[in-house]
Amino acid sequence: MLSLTTATYRDVVAHCLAGLPDEACGLLAGDGAGRVENSYPTRNVAASAKLYTVDPRDHLHADRDAEGHGWEIIGVYHSHTHTEAYPSPTDVAQAPDPSWHYVVVSLRDTYPVLRSYRIVDAAVEEEPVLVEDR
Amino acid sequence: MTVEVRLPTVLRSAAGGSATVSVAGATIGEVLRNLVGDHPGLAGQVLTDDGSLHRFVNVYVDDDDVRYLQQLDTPVADGATVSILPAVAGG
Repeated sequence: MLSLTTATYRDVVAHCLAGLPDEACGLLAGDGAGRVENSYPTRNVAASAKLYTVDPRDHLHADRDAEGHGWEIIGVYHSHTHTEAYPSPTDVAQAPDPSWHYVVVSLRDTYPVLRSYRIVDAAVEEEPVLVEDR
Repeated sequence: MTVEVRLPTVLRSAAGGSATVSVAGATIGEVLRNLVGDHPGLAGQVLTDDGSLHRFVNVYVDDDDVRYLQQLDTPVADGATVSILPAVAGG
């Protein structure tokens, strides 16, 4: 399960909308139980409506900031501008860490749709997303 | 020369569970080859079979991505921090 605060949920969706027409991406920091404490918007150096690459230096800064707070980077979010909120074959092939949570925000329809997945050995499994104020 | 190498979570199990390890070397290439020598489970994860930097990782000396420096020839100072992070990308 992925647990987001209302504020983090809003931050993630707002960053994805702000990235249009390109895909937006960012990192999620939290604990091993999937409890997200903060999101880090990162630049998409692919600057594309179909691909994303997290800016490596933004990643380093996010990783250090998270560590300073006693968190870890536990996942990544990115938007799909014209397709559903499901990992693409590219997302699955390039998933870097089986312990991570992979959040996809679809901007295809009127309202954004946020869903989260685990990707282990190329097997995709959706997980519940809890949005709560703690 | 010895540097501290910070490992991402996905590679720690191959290095005895450590988040950071001390590794000798005067360049990034030496550091990464010694890292793999010290922890053979990392073979193929950081360097490719032909010895180049794997495209699925990013490597930094202190605050700088070595791809924008001198890649594997980038010199490292004694006590520098070398960070390895997964390259995060998709479609």
